[in-house]
Amino acid sequence: MISIRNILTGAAVALGLAVTAAAAEPTKVGFVYVGSVGDGGWTFYHDEARKKVEEHFGDKVVTSFVENVPEGSDAERVMTQMALSGVDLIFTTSFGFMDPTLAVAAKFPKVKFEHATGYKTAANVSNYSARFYEGRAIMGHIAGKMTKTNKIGYIASFPIPEVIRGINASFIHARKVNPDVEMKIIWLFTWFDPAKEADATKALVEQGVDIVFAHTDSTAPLATLAELGGYGFGQAADMFQYAPKPRLSSIIDDWAPYYIQRVQDVMDGTWQSKSTWDGIGKGMVAIGAFSEEIPADVRAEAAAMRDAIADGTYLPFTGPLNKQDGTVWLKDGEAADDGALGGLNFYVEGIEGDIPS
Amino acid sequence: MFRLEKRPVPSKAWIIATPVLAVIATMIAGGIMFALLGKDPVEAIRIIFWDPLFSEQFASYSRPQLLVKAGPLILIAIGLSFGFRAGIWNIGAEGQYIIGALFGAGVGLAFYPSQSIFIFPLMIIAGAFGGWIWAMIPAILRTRFNTNEILVSLLLVYVAEHIMAAMSLGLMRNPEGHGFPGSRNFQQYETAFNAELIAGSGMHWGVVAAFIAVIFAYITMSRHILGYQITLAGQAPRAAKFSGVSPNRLIVFCLGISGLLAGLAGLFEVAGPAGQITTSFNQGYGFTAIIVAFLGRLNPVGILLAGLLMALTYIGGDLAQLMMGLPAPAIQAFQGMLLFFLLAMDVLSNFRIRLKKQGAA
Repeated sequence: MISIRNILTGAAVALGLAVTAAAAEPTKVGFVYVGSVGDGGWTFYHDEARKKVEEHFGDKVVTSFVENVPEGSDAERVMTQMALSGVDLIFTTSFGFMDPTLAVAAKFPKVKFEHATGYKTAANVSNYSARFYEGRAIMGHIAGKMTKTNKIGYIASFPIPEVIRGINASFIHARKVNPDVEMKIIWLFTWFDPAKEADATKALVEQGVDIVFAHTDSTAPLATLAELGGYGFGQAADMFQYAPKPRLSSIIDDWAPYYIQRVQDVMDGTWQSKSTWDGIGKGMVAIGAFSEEIPADVRAEAAAMRDAIADGTYLPFTGPLNKQDGTVWLKDGEAADDGALGGLNFYVEGIEGDIPS
Repeated sequence: MFRLEKRPVPSKAWIIATPVLAVIATMIAGGIMFALLGKDPVEAIRIIFWDPLFSEQFASYSRPQLLVKAGPLILIAIGLSFGFRAGIWNIGAEGQYIIGALFGAGVGLAFYPSQSIFIFPLMIIAGAFGGWIWAMIPAILRTRFNTNEILVSLLLVYVAEHIMAAMSLGLMRNPEGHGFPGSRNFQQYETAFNAELIAGSGMHWGVVAAFIAVIFAYITMSRHILGYQITLAGQAPRAAKFSGVSPNRLIVFCLGISGLLAGLAGLFEVAGPAGQITTSFNQGYGFTAIIVAFLGRLNPVGILLAGLLMALTYIGGDLAQLMMGLPAPAIQAFQGMLLFFLLAMDVLSNFRIRLKKQGAA
């Protein structure tokens, strides 16, 4: 009897110790970045969010990251090493990490994975992305009101649905307030190349464009506009150093609320695989301060639009809208559903040129 | 002061000793850099050089990964070493790697979802052909019009990148990919997938091909008349001409073999570890292989070791970022130091250091 009691006590003590140990053990979170944390754009903002996760949880969390990770087999290796190092949750923050994330996740069923901007999920893989197009709609409105030449330009990266949504959202809202507006699009096939972005900006300005949108991550378009004249917007980051001119406003990625929530879910044991697509309403997309260069009434309209999008009373893709070839896409009052937006691969009516393929 | 005196023949002892010295010098200089960054230098060096090979936590995974990473580097570098010995400079292996991958993947994707066992061998032939034909452009321009093969091969890399982008957005795009760029993933197409030959070993056909290439190059260079002609053309072009070596034939052969091997490397990578053609499929293996070729002194066995060493610094570098928070640029600087010291130490094999007597000059 005594011996059994001793064993039981011993077991209880051991269990207690184990529980305390588990409670004291911080949650480990890893981040895989495609770019450098100093890029001032996409990766920088993911890393800012990582720092906010650390701030929020203090010593209950340990984060690590690997930057400049090429997409493909290298990404798979980095993620595997990360999983082997004992992390509980891994954020992979580039579209090209999608298949590697799924491959590694299959090997580590206990580790949770979060993949940004993709479309695949698994039992331990969630995906998340932001509705950047909501911001584009507001920028389009401002551009339509402010262009003097009635020509706006768009520096596009890759012809994927996310970018095409941005082009359409900007154009629809510029045209809505200015029926004479035309859009010129230049495809760069890169997310980050300051030299190419500067050249593209110059080429647009030479064609008479006075407002330039960029779907690439560097500050080069704004720097070029500062030289040549014309206006632009901050992309992925606020780029406030170019305010009030040429930067009129900006679309900012704020991943922190989502990251904190997901880390909390892992801590509570309530993490579940899901697809998240949040916008201004949930704070994943933030709109940078409106420049004094924008007339006061336009500023007020833009702010009203932002608030309407945030509370869901206005959806940027609401009919009547036609496709580029003139056929009906959305009937009057009909809003595009997420499925259609997720795979968007055509221009709306009024945009000239073809999507490269 | 010191004076350098050229050795009549490079010292054999120093040729072996310099790489070791270079690694030690890199550890010291790199250690100082890591210490300045506020990281423990001993731990950093241990994580980069030791942990991928011997740590309990990582080694069972990262040791095979060494082969995966080194395979394409060695395969391409072996091809380049032929031309480099003969003074024929193919700088565009990256482009040949891409085109090889596109040809090979194209064949595989065209047959999807057929289960025929002939698909993979056909892909290999197509990959080799793609790399070869892309290298033939600078070769023929050189032999016919005397253009500079360095420039032509390099610029064709950018052409190849654009073709690759167009392919992943257009012709080869995965029809089930929701409009995103990128082809089908060969990992989900078993017949055409370049899988590990033994699970968990890292050995796929590309690694096997790299080893075969090393042996093939070794025999050609040391036993075959072609190896003699290549070396002669590099060291004494005029003498080579007088002894009946056709410079044009040599150019076509050297560019051809390097293109072919680069194309094979691309095919094995796209059908295996990378899995798909995407807009960012190429990761600079073609350029890194140039470094590997020189690091290995253009010697097949040297290239084998140099490829493995480069792979080790990549894998160890990732680990150091992960475990210690070392920034990626610091790792790249560390790799740069290694190359710098390896090449700088060459002085010791080619020259004798003499103390100069005061006033002797």
